[in-house]
Amino acid sequence: MFRSAIVRSLRASAPRAAVKPSASFQIRSSPIAAQFTPSLVSQSIRFYSAPAGLSKDEIEGRIVNLLKNFDKVSDASKITGVSHFSNDLGLDSLDTVEVVMAIEEEFSIEIPDKEADQIHSVEKAVEYIQAQPDAH
Amino acid sequence: MRRVVVTGLGAVTPLGVGVRQTWKRLLDGHCGIVNVVDRDERFRDIPSQIAAVVPRGKKEDGAWTASEWLSRGDERVMAKFAQYAMAAAEEALGDAGWKPTSFEHKEATGVCLGSGIGNFEEMYDTVVAYEQGGYKKVNPLFVPKLLINLGAGHISMRYGFMVCIDQPKRHPTPPRKSTLTSAQQGPNHAATTACTTGAHSIGDASRFIACGDADVMVAGGGESCIHPLAIGGFARARSLATDFNDNPEKASRPFDADRKGFVVGEGAAMLVLEELNHARARGAHIYAELKGYGCSADSHHMTAPKENGEGAFMAMKKALKQAQLTPGEIDYVNAHATSTIIGDAAENAAIKTLLLGPEGKQKPADINVSSTKGAVGHLLGGAGAVEAVFSVMAIQDNVMPPTINLDRLADGFDCNYAPNESQARKIDVALTNSFGFGGTNSSLCFARLK
Repeated sequence: MFRSAIVRSLRASAPRAAVKPSASFQIRSSPIAAQFTPSLVSQSIRFYSAPAGLSKDEIEGRIVNLLKNFDKVSDASKITGVSHFSNDLGLDSLDTVEVVMAIEEEFSIEIPDKEADQIHSVEKAVEYIQAQPDAH
Repeated sequence: MRRVVVTGLGAVTPLGVGVRQTWKRLLDGHCGIVNVVDRDERFRDIPSQIAAVVPRGKKEDGAWTASEWLSRGDERVMAKFAQYAMAAAEEALGDAGWKPTSFEHKEATGVCLGSGIGNFEEMYDTVVAYEQGGYKKVNPLFVPKLLINLGAGHISMRYGFMVCIDQPKRHPTPPRKSTLTSAQQGPNHAATTACTTGAHSIGDASRFIACGDADVMVAGGGESCIHPLAIGGFARARSLATDFNDNPEKASRPFDADRKGFVVGEGAAMLVLEELNHARARGAHIYAELKGYGCSADSHHMTAPKENGEGAFMAMKKALKQAQLTPGEIDYVNAHATSTIIGDAAENAAIKTLLLGPEGKQKPADINVSSTKGAVGHLLGGAGAVEAVFSVMAIQDNVMPPTINLDRLADGFDCNYAPNESQARKIDVALTNSFGFGGTNSSLCFARLK
């Protein structure tokens, strides 16, 4: 378990080191696209420190914030700690992949597709992040 | 064959958003071509730093703000050409007064929307993201935003959900009763034939109606590839005007002796085509009849037309044949003329060959032909559709839009080109031409309904 966490940590950080900060959501950072409000941008400040064991509340708060900035969610009041992405927020399968990508960015981790496909609610996402020692 | 008429028009062009705004500015001799270096520094490295761009600003000023035309979230999931086409479709359907509610009407309404290049920016950005970050950086919307036929799909979906607005736009689970709630479930089609795309879309759509596959079609083309790499590609192919970076309004000069190449433009236009009796039965305003649609191939060169204009000639001739009209009955030709040296001369020769003669015009000066690309540039996949709108409006208003920047005619250019000023003319029949890379040609013949 510990070994796999280290491997994942290395895998996660290796390409990241070579990537400019703006490379996150590169798709939206081109000059023409820049006129539009980015749809998925984390507003929280990210601290790159040693894994500090994130609290459930903090994880949930950051995920809820992230969803609030996702323009597909029309009613931000529906976003809670137990919101289901499709049933409660009206997101489809493509949206859900985008949300999980944003969660990866937010917590500086990489989630394999098979595991990502199991994350279809805020609750599931929080559980998943809690189980990642290298999430921060 | 069933007869096909035009009952609605919509356009988003470098002259403005909306047919009325565009048409007025066109007749007044305005130009939508600007220097685009301020959009992207990389344009500085390219010999052509100009483009015909849709003006940004408020809807009330006839300019483009995406959120004023699109539903929430559309901008994120739709290519720019599709966004413009969506707005043009909205205008055209409103103009036609066609908002079907019954299953029969919805099922008989289709969409035909093409683009020449498609979503170039998405491809570029994703390639860069992939190169830097690998698979993990590929957005799930990459493929849906890339596919050109998704423009037609989005238009169908938008009007499909008009009748059940309480549903989310894209269903999280497959909608079981979608066949009963979708507004445009007729043919859903996308032509992509470079600069002939718009004309092919409209022509193909008219065939769907003529053959009974649909009663109403929303048809047209869109383009938006104002990107340094796309423009760089055209510049490398030596297609673009390069001497006008400080004087962009003078760059596109069809038929002029000093023409140097075309200017890339963006925008979209959509027409509502309808079966004649269907339009009459509901008392719709009929702009014109689409009487002829002719297609041909050059079978000659990837990018250059045949210098004698044979391909253009064949397309026009076939359109006239289907329309059962003689060359003498053609009151106006909206030329493809993109302001290239070879292309304009070839088309000019073809038009003269077709229209002069015993069944045609007595002398070249009797031939009315203009190119609106001086004003709007070359919208590539959108060009044929925008110019179809102009041709229909020419019939509607009995006016020939001007060829701007036409100051000096070279030898052989002796038709009436309406240089720099529009001309009042009795226009009952108009031809509009589109020719694309690959040697694909098409001509549409519109006529006042008789």
